[in-house]
Amino acid sequence: MAVREAEPVGSLQEVKEAGLDREDLLGIFRNMLITRGIEERGHILYKQGKIPGSFYTGRGNEAAAVGVGAAMGPNDVGTPLHRDMGVHITRGVEPWRILAQYMGRADGPTRGRDGNVHMAVPELGLHPMVSHLPAMLPVATGMALAFKIRGDQRVAVGWFGEGSAGRGDAHEAMNLAGVRRLPIVFVCDNNQWAYSTPTYLSYPVEHIADRASAYGFEGVVIDGTDVLAVYREARRAIEKARAGGGPTLLECLTLRMEGHAVHDDAFYVPKEMFEQWAASDPIERFRTWLHEHADLTEDEEDGITASVKRLLNDALERADQSPLPDPAGLEDGVFASPEDLDTPHHK
Amino acid sequence: MAELTYIQAISEGLRQEMRRDPRVFVMGEDVGVYGGAFKVTLGFQEEFGPWRVIDTPLSETAIMGGATGAALMGMRPVAEMQFADFVSCAWDHLITVAAKQFFRAHTPVPFVLRLPSGGGFSGGPFHSQNPESSFAHIPGLKVVCPATPQDAKGLLATAIEDPNPVLYFEHKHLYRRIKGDVPEERFTIPFGQARVHRPGDDAVVVTWGAMVYTATEAAQQLAADGFEAEVLDLRTLIPWDKERVLESVRRTSKVLVLHEDTRTGGFGAEIAATIAEEAFEDLDAPVMRVAAPDTPVPFSPPLEKAFIPQVEDVLSALRNLAEY
Repeated sequence: MAVREAEPVGSLQEVKEAGLDREDLLGIFRNMLITRGIEERGHILYKQGKIPGSFYTGRGNEAAAVGVGAAMGPNDVGTPLHRDMGVHITRGVEPWRILAQYMGRADGPTRGRDGNVHMAVPELGLHPMVSHLPAMLPVATGMALAFKIRGDQRVAVGWFGEGSAGRGDAHEAMNLAGVRRLPIVFVCDNNQWAYSTPTYLSYPVEHIADRASAYGFEGVVIDGTDVLAVYREARRAIEKARAGGGPTLLECLTLRMEGHAVHDDAFYVPKEMFEQWAASDPIERFRTWLHEHADLTEDEEDGITASVKRLLNDALERADQSPLPDPAGLEDGVFASPEDLDTPHHK
Repeated sequence: MAELTYIQAISEGLRQEMRRDPRVFVMGEDVGVYGGAFKVTLGFQEEFGPWRVIDTPLSETAIMGGATGAALMGMRPVAEMQFADFVSCAWDHLITVAAKQFFRAHTPVPFVLRLPSGGGFSGGPFHSQNPESSFAHIPGLKVVCPATPQDAKGLLATAIEDPNPVLYFEHKHLYRRIKGDVPEERFTIPFGQARVHRPGDDAVVVTWGAMVYTATEAAQQLAADGFEAEVLDLRTLIPWDKERVLESVRRTSKVLVLHEDTRTGGFGAEIAATIAEEAFEDLDAPVMRVAAPDTPVPFSPPLEKAFIPQVEDVLSALRNLAEY
């Protein structure tokens, strides 16, 4: 089973066949703008000293994240990572809660117990990452195992990066998922840099997706700046998994357009590489496509941009009003109580 | 009541839970067709099918991560490490994801991890360890160490009901050696309640697991001298029954803490420190510890005997206490 390189999406007709109408397309565009907007506001908050610790973004990965998020079904679950803000936005996490999370406030999804994109809203089918990438791949595999045992028509999506592909967790998860043909899609955000480590020092083959054949399932390499191609391939893989066709490994190729985190100026990334990938900025690319293929007008675009700006300004204000957590409650919630099991996502 | 061995009690208990609750399933290496390395799940696959008794690849991280993911989706996994020693391969997952999940995300992770532990039969450095103290140190994990067949069954039911990750250490040396009456119907035993295995008012031996029997044998020998030591079986380390330990300390004024795990940083140190903080005035003698020396578990019988605390070691410590 050779790796397949996904074709770009061309016409509006192709997009419709993939399951998106014009309203969906504008929604995807809006979610990409919100994704980038939140992270840009995060930079400002960081400079203002309002974000403790460090700060991570996924600039350049908006299409890969939003594309997969949009392809997930309402009851599907996932474990997105720190470059995948777009998944949280697409699943409907309120931006003010994300900004509150950045600032360590009581209304962030982890209530100040964890920072950055180490968060998720389980009611929306997402479960938070840990720093030890890709530790969530075995967890996503276990979610898929639960679906398989029960015969649920649900799919799990597990994210990792080309750097974390070096760890055994990735192997163990994909091997178990392959052996048991579990309903799971593995998504590799290949942004070409694991902190300062380039791909040729991370893996010795052409594509991470090449590994899929070793686990008995299909691997697909996708241009991760093409949101429609990502959507089409993710949708296909998710529906295949739902229909009992087993796992797929999707590799979304992008470039990490900023440093590993805010402290890192990425001096080790060649300037030409940034220039080359800046020319296929995922948002700009999709904006142009919408104008050319979906009759997006300037007025419409201005309307969307203005509504995103309003949303984020309001979010900033609301997040800033969120209190800091009360240290008196520090020791609460180390252990769960029986009544904590009585939540919808636990059924 | 039926007389069961310790391992039969675990097996019976697990089968009863699986019959009662379709969310409970078993996963691990060789647990299905083979019935588990120690045969705890023998016949389970025939009764419950291959999707509730899952033979996994040799992948401890996938077993542990898989249990967490399935638990988050509403299942009640009972995962097995073939030997407790192999949990080191899943350490990262337990500590990094499972233990911290509820604190961070407020989503409970109700799984049980069965860990056949302990030495006494030349298992060597990789099939004999008692790593419970390492996990007792990690906030978010519960640690259970039954010593009797009845406790093995009752604590397993409680562990499966518990909304948290529970590490269930079953001592391999007790599997077929220890028998006892066990109720046939389902029952639970609350965590955090110590049990008096042998009454006595002259000293208390605080212990758990296989050492309960070592302590009891020593206490019985000393009874001939008119010295009656209580053997207090903690049964669970997280949570541990601090109040019951302190009550025994106040009553007897002499304490020996005994465990099969190595000495430095062992859970006995936590117990001793707590007694020093909270019952110093009640002590007539220093808190004493008997534990394995700080070495890997050795293979050869005379070396292993020197490693695992023996009845003579406990006797000697109790005689020392008696002299105060």
